[in-house]
Amino acid sequence: MNMALGNMSFPDNDSRPLAIEARGLVKRFEGTTAVDGVDISVPEGAIYGILGPNGAGKTTTLRMLLGIIDPDEGTRKVFGHERPHDIARLIGYLPEERGLYPSMKAYEAIAFMGALRGVPLEEGKRRGRELLEANGLGHAVERQIRQLSKGMAQNVQLLGTLVHRPKLVVLDEPFSGLDALNQGKLERMIRSLAEEGTTVIFSTHVIHHAERLCEGVAIIAGGKVPYAGSVDAARNRIPAQVRLETRAREGRWMEALPADARREGDYFYFSLPESGVEPLLRALIEGEAGILSLSIERAGLHDAFVAIAGEAAARAMQAGSQAETE
Amino acid sequence: MSDFNQLPTQEKSRLSIWQAAFVIARRDFMAILFSRAFFFFLLGPVFMITIATISGSLGSRISRDAMVPEIGIAMSMEETGRMLEAHNLLANELGGALPPMVAVQGADAPDFDPRVVLEEKRGNYAAIVTGSLARPVLTGPEGQIDYMRGRVALVAAAAAGAAPTTFPSVDMQVVSTSAASAKSGQIITAQAGQMLLFLLTMLLAGMVLSNLVEEKGNKIIEILAAAIPMDAVFLGKLFAMLGVSFVGIAVWGTVGASLFLLLGNAAPSFPTPAVGWPAFLALGVIYFAMGYLLLGSLFLSIGSMAATVREVQTLSMPVTMLQLGVFFFASYAMSKIGSSVEWAAVIVPFSSPFAMLARAAQQEGLTQHLIAIGWQALAVAVLVKAGATLFRKRVMKSGGQGKAKRSLWRRSKAAA
Repeated sequence: MNMALGNMSFPDNDSRPLAIEARGLVKRFEGTTAVDGVDISVPEGAIYGILGPNGAGKTTTLRMLLGIIDPDEGTRKVFGHERPHDIARLIGYLPEERGLYPSMKAYEAIAFMGALRGVPLEEGKRRGRELLEANGLGHAVERQIRQLSKGMAQNVQLLGTLVHRPKLVVLDEPFSGLDALNQGKLERMIRSLAEEGTTVIFSTHVIHHAERLCEGVAIIAGGKVPYAGSVDAARNRIPAQVRLETRAREGRWMEALPADARREGDYFYFSLPESGVEPLLRALIEGEAGILSLSIERAGLHDAFVAIAGEAAARAMQAGSQAETE
Repeated sequence: MSDFNQLPTQEKSRLSIWQAAFVIARRDFMAILFSRAFFFFLLGPVFMITIATISGSLGSRISRDAMVPEIGIAMSMEETGRMLEAHNLLANELGGALPPMVAVQGADAPDFDPRVVLEEKRGNYAAIVTGSLARPVLTGPEGQIDYMRGRVALVAAAAAGAAPTTFPSVDMQVVSTSAASAKSGQIITAQAGQMLLFLLTMLLAGMVLSNLVEEKGNKIIEILAAAIPMDAVFLGKLFAMLGVSFVGIAVWGTVGASLFLLLGNAAPSFPTPAVGWPAFLALGVIYFAMGYLLLGSLFLSIGSMAATVREVQTLSMPVTMLQLGVFFFASYAMSKIGSSVEWAAVIVPFSSPFAMLARAAQQEGLTQHLIAIGWQALAVAVLVKAGATLFRKRVMKSGGQGKAKRSLWRRSKAAA
């Protein structure tokens, strides 16, 4: 398996123009290489995830893509522009560390964020009120940010990220700090944005969000991107797992099992052979295995992540998301 | 998200730097104007005036209470009397130029020694005159007797009849000015202008210094940095404070003008500056803006490196010293127009507004001011750019910090 590839199949067979195209991005901080040769391609209208444990280089990569910091090496293009600030009005950004002016009212905060992206102040205030009402935060319109709960303030900031109707939304760990209900709402919002044609790119260390939402992912570990491509292609790198239960404990049929087959109690577990399930079934029947049950489970993104980034990175991811849950 | 769907997509791709700066300036201006800090900012001059008034009245009381040093006369009884008579006569003509003279008690004692009297600090004598009218001897500390020697000689000569004892009356004609008085008057105006400029920038410095701490503390800086160039953030913050200071000046000006009208003739008046009052006031406002923008952009850059309010407080002292240094430099150069020191004060951007305001008070012509303002504006632009670049590099950790090293490395490798 090639583990050192950056840009792979996604979006090679895609006719959509690229919203983001980064090649060989490198960033060093005081001698430490935080990001080391990242290649990412995100087509317009896609939901794209950057997956990796804490400290892997996700935020640094996003900050480079947004022009907050410049790469030491490599190139980046956002909607074909090398300087993201030139198209700032087309981009919405929710940073990992949330921040709003505490003395501002909720609708003013949204209007201010809109004004930074070119929405006239009065128009921004009107939109701010509307967005808050439409998203169940009507009661918070006139309240100061300091008077809101953390979750509500986070929602206000998210709405501020969207107030100018960007074509590209960049969310850094957007699910972090949200309860399950709000995580679900956010997932729906992201889907809805993509349906409207907005490109959404988000970083996360929780694989399930990426698996549920993303068309493409970049797996980042230790500042490198060992995989960037479609979620399907990542999952297809791992053969589907077969679980087999038979009446016969031994027999000629066992010769049909692949080399990685292992027995756990009444079940055999093994990878689905490349030849597919039909030849296997035929051999089991002819060998009189007495099939009681057979299930084929396609590999998940987590399995793909483990295979691509390694056990250590997967454990770090899990530890990060557990710590957050606690 | 139904309402959201109806929002129009933005057509233009970015704000200009001035539009972006305006967004920041508007937010900061409103936030400062409606904060408690602004109220105290407005009260700043009241504190200064109160302290100046208290220390002034204390000083005058102390000097009033202090005993005026006298010259003791310890000649023969007759000559002492003639000395005192001559002193009275001359004092009428010379006023305060002659120190008071009194007879020393016990001067006729055979063992009288003026050095002992002075060492034992008897009486309030600055010095003691012994000897005779023809040959007076002045005893006292070195600095004192140097100063009094000529005065004592004049009184002794008058007492001996060797000096005029009658004086013609001098009729006086008052004119509004002379070359010397106009110059010294304009220096006073220049001094007052510089002092006002200094006090205003001093009031603002602390507020500018802590200007980016809120954004850094609240992590809003990430949102700003992603949306607009850092130069625009710096410019916006500077102009917001400038706007705030203009509001302050308007308030103080109104209060000051009201007091001026109330006081009428009792109010202090300053000699007319060389460029005339309207131009001087206009230049004062411009030089204040320039002085503030120059120092403000420097302080904003310095303050932006601070992570906490405590760090800002630590930075306040060197910043205040820097301000004082600039002020003293410009003040020193003020009276030496055309000298190399004064030119240096004019050219160094930070002292330039102070030095040029002093020039406006003392020299006619506006062309030099146009050039100076252009120069100062250029310096502001350079400082803002440098501050924003430094901020991006040091705080936002941006910029190709490895680039220079790498290219050097590559060059040396290529050379090898």
